[in-house]
Amino acid sequence: MLKSEITLYVNGEPRQVYVRHTDTLLHTLRENLGLTGAKPGCLNGDCGACTIDIDEEPIKSCLTLSVESTDKKITTVEGLQNAQIQKEFIKKFAFQCGYCTPGFIMNCNALINKYPDADDAKIKDWLESNICRCTGYAEIEEAIKAVLTKNQQGLSS
Amino acid sequence: MMSIGKSIYRKEALEKVTGTAKYAGDFSKAEVLHGRLVVSSYAHAKIKSIDTTAAWTVQGIRAIVLGQSFPLTGEEIKDRPPLAFDKVRYYGEPVAVVVADNETIAKRAAELIQITYEALPVVNSPREAITSGAPLVHENLIFYEKIQHVYPEPNTNIADRTKIRKGDMVKGWSESEVSVEASFSFSPSDHTAMETRCVTAEINRDGKLVFSSATQSPYMIKKLMNDYFGLEPGKVVVRTPVVGGGYGGKVAVQLELIAYMATQAVGGRTVKIMNTREEDMISSPVHIGLDATIKLGCTKDGRLKAAEILYLFDSGAYSDKGATIGRAAAVTCTGPYFIENITCDSLCVYTNHPYATAFRGFSHSEVLFAFERTMDMLAKKIDIDPMQLREINAILPGQTTPTQMLLNNSTVGSLPDCIQRLKQLMNWNEGQRIQVSDHLVRAKGISCIWKTSTIDTEASSGVNLLFNIDGTVNIISGIVEIGTGTKTILAQLLAEKMKMDIHQIHVKMDVDTETTPEHWKTVASRGTLLAGRALLKAADDAMSQLKDIASRVLICSPDDLEVGYGKVFVKDEPTTYLYIKDICYGYKYPNGYSIGGQVIGTGNYMLRHLTHLDHETGVGKPGPEWTVGAQGVEVEFNTQDYTYKIIKAYSVIDIGKVLNQKAALGQVMGAMSMGLSFAGRETYVFDDEGRVLNPRLRTYVPMRYGEHPQYMIHFNETTHVDGPYGARGIGEHGLIGMPAALANSLSVAAEVDLNQLPLTPELIWKTKESGGTK
Ligand code: FES
Ligand code: FES
Repeated sequence: MLKSEITLYVNGEPRQVYVRHTDTLLHTLRENLGLTGAKPGCLNGDCGACTIDIDEEPIKSCLTLSVESTDKKITTVEGLQNAQIQKEFIKKFAFQCGYCTPGFIMNCNALINKYPDADDAKIKDWLESNICRCTGYAEIEEAIKAVLTKNQQGLSS
Repeated sequence: MMSIGKSIYRKEALEKVTGTAKYAGDFSKAEVLHGRLVVSSYAHAKIKSIDTTAAWTVQGIRAIVLGQSFPLTGEEIKDRPPLAFDKVRYYGEPVAVVVADNETIAKRAAELIQITYEALPVVNSPREAITSGAPLVHENLIFYEKIQHVYPEPNTNIADRTKIRKGDMVKGWSESEVSVEASFSFSPSDHTAMETRCVTAEINRDGKLVFSSATQSPYMIKKLMNDYFGLEPGKVVVRTPVVGGGYGGKVAVQLELIAYMATQAVGGRTVKIMNTREEDMISSPVHIGLDATIKLGCTKDGRLKAAEILYLFDSGAYSDKGATIGRAAAVTCTGPYFIENITCDSLCVYTNHPYATAFRGFSHSEVLFAFERTMDMLAKKIDIDPMQLREINAILPGQTTPTQMLLNNSTVGSLPDCIQRLKQLMNWNEGQRIQVSDHLVRAKGISCIWKTSTIDTEASSGVNLLFNIDGTVNIISGIVEIGTGTKTILAQLLAEKMKMDIHQIHVKMDVDTETTPEHWKTVASRGTLLAGRALLKAADDAMSQLKDIASRVLICSPDDLEVGYGKVFVKDEPTTYLYIKDICYGYKYPNGYSIGGQVIGTGNYMLRHLTHLDHETGVGKPGPEWTVGAQGVEVEFNTQDYTYKIIKAYSVIDIGKVLNQKAALGQVMGAMSMGLSFAGRETYVFDDEGRVLNPRLRTYVPMRYGEHPQYMIHFNETTHVDGPYGARGIGEHGLIGMPAALANSLSVAAEVDLNQLPLTPELIWKTKESGGTK
């Protein structure tokens, strides 16, 4: 079982970890770094619960190897500081059990940053990669749209 | 109102959006061992041999546990070894557990275990199961231990039968001028909570067994460990943090039993078992399937006269909760209508499918799908508006349910009001089917709903209120926060009762059976009633203690005092008061004398006058009250390729009292989404050998973002006298009419009777091609 010491840049800090080459980033974040915000839901790329942002792109950390994640900017939900989307998730009741929430928030966060003028089709295109079993999705729709609208108003004023 | 009705944010909101909320799988320590299941690759087979030699050669293996003949487990009938013994009865059944230093090693060793099976003939549906000569899933049914009120039929695959015999069927049929009969079926499916089931178990030096489990029923685990393994209840501790979704699936006590056997095998060291998604879908219990036949009779003007019903629930390989589900189905067998003459046989049937446990709605979405489809078929036959047929027969106070429980203004909400409101919301009078373009139609379908809970007659809940030195209060309740927000509701109830700021109330989210008062199980939409009433009683207790201390300081009778706004004050003269913070740890007189001590409020609540059902007639009172409602779905259907989009989904529910507006909307919306997903797309696909072909989220496809409809929800409020501030249970009701409403809308759209689930375009096409179901 091959192991190496690597440096990951997580939430603005360099972190040294000793990992197996086959370890997924999800595993390393959770087991080595204690960052349990990203959740295992299927370990298969199907549910999105493990979504984190790598270089501003939402990535499923269960499908990513730790050894290929060096020299990249990794942001987990723990790394968000009072992001608008977090506030709107609370205001719009966009979660219940909360298990899918870090993944959804990280996906939303990347979308908001990358496409501040995202339309319905774009939002659907991005968010359909995550599953929520508790909400009716309408609450999540309200939350992300609230942030997008606020940002747009902010830009135009 | 201080707090009731307001959309208070959930108490654990910040933790959940920042990723700091800890679920069972998020706790780790270096010395934890990992358990990995070895599961059956057959649905029904004799275990000829298990060879563990190769597995033992892997370095880092600590134990391999195989099934034993004892104990057998099961909540009503003890028919299930926690690990299969002698034979396997479903595809995916746990056969062994490997314990190793880490997950990778455990997995590798698990793959090296060689099991030789001898295939047996498979029972692949409930209808097949009850035919004479069907292979037996349990040859020894007659010898199993069981509770008193379950009725297995030896030498058959029938684990339980509940009978409803109401009125006189001969009279009912003779008064019926028109009748319809139809059959329905759907296979088992899944809860698919995003958090898979996860448990750790360890046995301390003093013999204490400690679990940390993602469960809806921590106290049940404690009870069952005593029942199954004879462990002292005081020596079993279950800790449950926030849970990542349950929907009934985490009511079952399953993985805990295996984890206990695993920790025992390694001298009590901590063993963690976390289901993979695949195991979570089929090895752990699933959402029940159903075959049903319903015959309904009515007069020409639409008055229901007779109902003859057969429900065959697909409990799978074991009866665990299946028997209770079958019983709950009998209790509500007709939908929310008054029918004088009813016979119903509701059977819990063994098959070689994954075994069933509770699913949100507990048999109601399943039964309503069949019954409310039949209502539409009947409406069509007598050429009456389906909404009107329901109006005519809607159950009212003063009438009796199938179990002959007499309803009153408190025990049932107002169904006619719900129907009226739904009619307006859906703009029903514009017509049920509207051609939009050449190949596109819009169609509407409805379903009425009702639900009571069929739960233990002695189900109870306790609450402790601990005051902090600053006058704030900690609520301690055994309700598990599975996402329903019930613990926030408790805080609202307390804020209302003690007229205090909700921010002065802290709620302990985790449950620890050693220190938290028992709450029966977090199920059946009963959290608010049971724990809410316990909380109000605890608040009364705390308030009388506060008044007692204050009365001695203010030199007056406690009767003259009132608690509110952080004070205890004289009712007649509110300017004379003491701050709660100055007396909630006792009071110190100027000379140093002190009285009282920390105020600790305690309260409990048990449901009143619930009974078992009579075995011959079904007469009994299984639950406290009936929440009623009316639901609808509007689809846009393509008549060329049979695809459709759900445009709108409606719910009008008599909720008794809205305690938290947005939370209630969220509960209903989420439940509707789950109901539509179940109805439209979710099912296990079995091959002829009973193997599940799609136990993963790529091939088993819940609804995703963007597929959701527009939700239209309205609440009516008919007070439930026993409920806290008049509230009724609401956690499941949004779900239960959705399958029927969707099926009814699509049947109208496609102009064919759709009596199976899930309602895929393929099913519609096949039904059309075959000229419709019978
Ligand atoms: S755990 Fe990564 S997509 Fe499900
Ligand atoms: S909040 Fe529970 S799965 Fe989304």
